[in-house]
Amino acid sequence: MINLQGVAAAGGIAIGKVFYLGKEEFVIPKHRITHEDISREIYRLEESLIDTRREISSLQKRIAKEFGFDHAKIFEAHLLVLEDRVLIEDVIQQIKDKKINIEYAFSQSIKKYVNILLKLNDDYLRERVIDIEDVSRRVMSKLLKQKEVNLRDLDEKVVVVSHDLPPSQTANLPKEKIMGFVTDVGGRTSHTAIIARSLGIPAVVGTEVATKNVKSGDVIIIDGSLGQVFVNPPEKIIREYKEKLVKYKKEIEIAHVPRALKACTKDKKEIVVSANVELPEELPLVVQSGAEGIGLYRTEFIFLGRRDLPTEDEQYKAYLTVAKKVKPNSVIIRTIDIGGDKFLSRPEVPAELSPFLGWRAIRFCLARPELFKTQLRAILRASTEKNIKVMFPMISGIEELREAKKLLEESKKELKKEGKKFDDKISVGTMIEVPSAALTADSLARESDFFSIGTNDLIQYSLAVDRANEKVAYLYEPGHPAVLRLIKSVIESAHKNKIWVGMCGEMAGEPLFAFLLIGFGLDEFSMPPPCVPKVKELIRNIKFKDVEKISQKVIDLATAREVEKYLQEEARKILKDDFERIIMR
Amino acid sequence: MERIESQIIVNSNHGLHARPAAVFVQIANKFDSKVSLAKDGECVDGKSIIAILSLGINRGAQVSLIAEGRDAKETADELRKFLESNND
Repeated sequence: MINLQGVAAAGGIAIGKVFYLGKEEFVIPKHRITHEDISREIYRLEESLIDTRREISSLQKRIAKEFGFDHAKIFEAHLLVLEDRVLIEDVIQQIKDKKINIEYAFSQSIKKYVNILLKLNDDYLRERVIDIEDVSRRVMSKLLKQKEVNLRDLDEKVVVVSHDLPPSQTANLPKEKIMGFVTDVGGRTSHTAIIARSLGIPAVVGTEVATKNVKSGDVIIIDGSLGQVFVNPPEKIIREYKEKLVKYKKEIEIAHVPRALKACTKDKKEIVVSANVELPEELPLVVQSGAEGIGLYRTEFIFLGRRDLPTEDEQYKAYLTVAKKVKPNSVIIRTIDIGGDKFLSRPEVPAELSPFLGWRAIRFCLARPELFKTQLRAILRASTEKNIKVMFPMISGIEELREAKKLLEESKKELKKEGKKFDDKISVGTMIEVPSAALTADSLARESDFFSIGTNDLIQYSLAVDRANEKVAYLYEPGHPAVLRLIKSVIESAHKNKIWVGMCGEMAGEPLFAFLLIGFGLDEFSMPPPCVPKVKELIRNIKFKDVEKISQKVIDLATAREVEKYLQEEARKILKDDFERIIMR
Repeated sequence: MERIESQIIVNSNHGLHARPAAVFVQIANKFDSKVSLAKDGECVDGKSIIAILSLGINRGAQVSLIAEGRDAKETADELRKFLESNND
């Protein structure tokens, strides 16, 4: 048996079989052929092209059925690449002239055209490289008789083990077939962790060596609450974990029972507990969890895992569906937050040395006003239900907020002219996740309808820690006095200016910190749906007056460790027997 | 054998990117004539999507369309109509 310790990224237990998801890199063989081999190599090429054509046609049909004809159109171009005379003649010429094997000749020809396209001075055309590479990968896998991996093809429930999960892979995840995730890299706020939590799938990340220790078919146990992984464990441990799993499921059921109850403290302070949503499939989870609406609707997923930009109509339909689903509660739509660890697979977003400090979120949107306005118009048009709020990510100063609001106003004017309906009084919020925004919260508050504190980034930026870097991840401390002071002052600035303030980061869903944040006066908590029942239960079991007093003491403590220790002591006094279950799980 | 050469300003929103290029090739393939597209002195096979993409034809680009063969006129007419319309 192998026992690995990683970062506890998403709670829960999974016992099952490993599915190892490796990187799809082909090793392309190169060898010389004789004159007699030429016709055989050409025959192999033709055979692979025919197989690939069959594969793409069936994929095209499936996509057309599931997502509509428009999405399937791109495959027309893929099919044409397969029968491209110039390309095929180039390959055959190489085989004949250089006497090299088909795999190598084919890869060289593809490389040649890819390089030509990459040199073009046009983003849109340069992007076609993705299509050509996509087709070429399919052909290559046929030539080499290696199967391409797609999680959608899984025929049984598995625990996926991989080095990392790229966002494009997770965009199209078959939730019902995945019992858990284990990755080598990442921390609690990495993309895999966020996805896993939002889907309610247990996950252990940052194990460093998991992929080196498993193969597909191994028996694996993961404990997402403790960050434990067991590979091929003995019968005794399996039995032990099967019992734990039963207990865990029961606990969740208990927490789910009073979901209809309001989140109201014993001294009658009402607090909004809402959900973070990433994928449309999570909407039923939101309702199930007892969340009051959506405090953070991430829109990046509409843009990921595809080859063109979503149209205004497409976005409008997506936003309207969500708005209707959560009615009478509201949904806060965050405009695209592209960059950082989420990427858009197009050359418009070039690789950056420090993506977190780079061209992303509102900076990217303000630089691409056409793209941004398409989204704003879609959000506005969906706002006819009167329950949509919009918020801008990564605002670092008032000018950005003004510029974004100006584009929103322009979009409103355009829609008015076109006679299209929208909510003229739509609330506009500012995300507070950059220290400069936190420190100037008073001026931002005067021009915002609400705030939402994004703690994942706020912590990273104020403590200068990249959480995905295992070497420094230990410095990422939500309880750091600097972080707490920033949060407290943001809440005070908001309240002074009579606007409400919420939190949509990680921290809001951690019961121990929620305990403190209620005391700070936070009005709204938004978190992954599975966290909602516990935080609501916590709220119902405390008095605002008590936690307010506790929070005043906390602000003078010197270290995160002292903060956590003090909070645990005080929470234990108040919650008594329920402390372990609610706070510590 | 007829040969028709015409100068055309491409009007498709994003030039001849994948989807319009694909349609162009599909139209060209309906005819027997040899089709070539030339831009800035570079001339490529108009029935090859990769070759067309490699020309990097943006919206507003001026290209010459050459059709050679017995149905050159019909070929040229239909392709010109396609290039001059905004087909996005």
